Amino acid sequence: MAQMNMVQAINSALDVMLGRDPRVVVFGEDVGYFGGVFRCTDGLQRKYGEHRVLDTPIAEGGIVAAAIGMGVNGLRPVAEIQFADYIYPAFDQIVSELARLRYRTAGDFSAPVTIRTPCGGGIRGGQTHSQSPEGVFTHVCGLKVVMPSNPYDAKGLLISAVEDEDPVVFFEPKRIYNGPFDGDPHKPAVPWSTHPKGEVPEGHYAIPIGKAEIVRAGQDVTLLTYGTMVHVAEAAVQLTGVDAEIIDVRTMVPLDVDTLCTSVCRTGRCVIVHEATRFSGFGAELSATVQEECFWHLEAPIQRVTGWDTPYPHAFEWDYFPGPARIAAALRGVMEAR
Amino acid sequence: MTQSRLHVPHPPARPGEKPDFSYLEIPPAGREARPDTLASALQIEQLGTGMVRVLDEHGQAVGPWNPHLEPEELQVALRHMLLTRRFDERMQRMQRQGRISFYMKSTGEEAVAVAQAMALQPGDMLFPSYRTQGLFIARGKSLVDLMCQCLSNTRDMCRGRQMPIMYHWAEGNIFSISGNLATQFPQAVGWAMAAAIKGEDRIASSWIGEGASAEADFHHALTFAAVYQAPVILNVVNNQWAISSFQGFAGGERRTFAQRGPGYGIPGVRVDGNDFLAVHAVTRWAAERARARGGPTLIEHVTYRAAAHSTSDDPSRYRPKEEWQSWPLGDPITRLKEHLIGLGEWSEERHAALEKELEAHVTACWKEAVTYGTLSEGPTLDPVSMFEDVFHDMPAHLKRQREELRRLLAEQHAAAAAQVPAAEG
Repeated sequence: MAQMNMVQAINSALDVMLGRDPRVVVFGEDVGYFGGVFRCTDGLQRKYGEHRVLDTPIAEGGIVAAAIGMGVNGLRPVAEIQFADYIYPAFDQIVSELARLRYRTAGDFSAPVTIRTPCGGGIRGGQTHSQSPEGVFTHVCGLKVVMPSNPYDAKGLLISAVEDEDPVVFFEPKRIYNGPFDGDPHKPAVPWSTHPKGEVPEGHYAIPIGKAEIVRAGQDVTLLTYGTMVHVAEAAVQLTGVDAEIIDVRTMVPLDVDTLCTSVCRTGRCVIVHEATRFSGFGAELSATVQEECFWHLEAPIQRVTGWDTPYPHAFEWDYFPGPARIAAALRGVMEAR
Repeated sequence: MTQSRLHVPHPPARPGEKPDFSYLEIPPAGREARPDTLASALQIEQLGTGMVRVLDEHGQAVGPWNPHLEPEELQVALRHMLLTRRFDERMQRMQRQGRISFYMKSTGEEAVAVAQAMALQPGDMLFPSYRTQGLFIARGKSLVDLMCQCLSNTRDMCRGRQMPIMYHWAEGNIFSISGNLATQFPQAVGWAMAAAIKGEDRIASSWIGEGASAEADFHHALTFAAVYQAPVILNVVNNQWAISSFQGFAGGERRTFAQRGPGYGIPGVRVDGNDFLAVHAVTRWAAERARARGGPTLIEHVTYRAAAHSTSDDPSRYRPKEEWQSWPLGDPITRLKEHLIGLGEWSEERHAALEKELEAHVTACWKEAVTYGTLSEGPTLDPVSMFEDVFHDMPAHLKRQREELRRLLAEQHAAAAAQVPAAEG
């Protein structure tokens, strides 16, 4: 098996799908000749030609609209929005059009579009290059929403997204493109080659959308998280010595309620962690679901550890970022509660 | 010292004032040259300021844009336009009687949709707006199907999920109408890009009103169409009014809408939208250009929204009542009819007979449509079907919600059944 970082794994997924399915087209700002600002499409235009891998104007609304039209005309578009922070000009096309086309035409028209977009903080990107807007999209009926936390999942989930008949918003936590990140910005960077999930098959494989993964088995508390925070949570668990079960949600819509709630019913405690802001964040949905399904098993109030409810502040990134210390405090808190 | 002052556009006439269309420069029919279909956008910039017109004031077809259509084809066109108008009138009445919730007429604009549908190939993909029902009629969609959509009944193509008039027709290559304006414009460009990627000879065409041209989607559509030279026709139907906002609020005071095309490197052609022959000719020119790798064309159809914006609108509150009678480009149906009479291919008697025939047809279609149910009378759609088609395969959370609704409906049904004997007793 090959060693890949997340960028290479995403590139490999696109490579595999462009090679297998002539309907797949990949486009976005700077994705063609240059290969993307994060290099996720590097070399693909040379390999598949400029009719399959295209640069686009700087117009996110136009990119998604064009993807919808292409999807209606039988292609399988994979559109890149350069930063999740730039996705809002496309909001109407995603929410009012892409998500609801199948519904409003009773299945007569649909567009199997995948929207890839790098998200999350930890890169000194300030408020326009650090946001985690997944909760904005999980609230939209008709979209699938995915966020992988490692190269192996990124490739398998992206292949599933491209093969899916429904539109998928595929968030890529850019802080972990090159290596897992435990939340301590002062430590030297760790490459994916040190991580078992940096081993990625070269060919085609799919990880089903809608399946969470238990990344650490534990008895005392269930920690629900996704993206970069999976690794930060692992560090926090080490810090506390609490025997936590860490679940990588991976797919927010559809949500793998069974895996999540089976665990919480067993441990009786739950901590939810995400980078995104707290109020009406996806953690609120997780918390409500756990409450509905596991109430009689809960031994402590559910805790959320999230970004503060402010825009992402450039100078105070590490006071804002929900790092291991805050997660550790929440773990201790739910363990102490009676 | 000079002080800046905000310019707030005003229409030339408000209620109680004399209609005034002097802002509209209307050249005589036949004046504009018909350039080569592959002429560069800048070479033919005058087509965006002039107006392609074929039918003159005597109903004669004149000039280089005359498409020289067979009389039989013109008779078919007249039938489609008249049927569109009769259909609109019936549906408006049905809304007033409370049989449907909402309607939008296309009165005065019938030539735009009918001529374009007839000038394009059946395989060309149409991305309509909400006042282009003539596209469906000219392509042969049955009125019963359109009526069933408006009724949200058991034969509704949208299965009760959309307001009236939000039709679509996959087999007829007509895309779904969206209430979010202008979204279809860049989607049509994406469709056309895909046709070019696949190397097909099919092209796309889309319609928006001049009001919706202010949306960013308009800019996206023209930018993408120009950048990729997509085989697409982008139509701005300038019917002068966007609900109560006259075309000046979309930027029409200083430039024509067609003139925006050359700014993007796209030919902009302004056409008399009430002249069936001119619309047909311009559309065919643009379609030939698109198929010959000449790229997109922006067409501005100058027309007038004779009816209210919708059944929820009262235009007497914001424009003179008699404005439509003063509209200098006339009525598209009357103009085509007079042209055909002038050719000796039509008569008042035949016209009256056709009107009668179409009226009877609309009546028969309505009678059939209501047998499939109305909003208030059965048969009705099963409410639990609302959970279908959100996704290709229904995920667990929707299955759970569907079961919940099913239980609720069963309880309501049981409660209603239990009440009947009590009431009788």
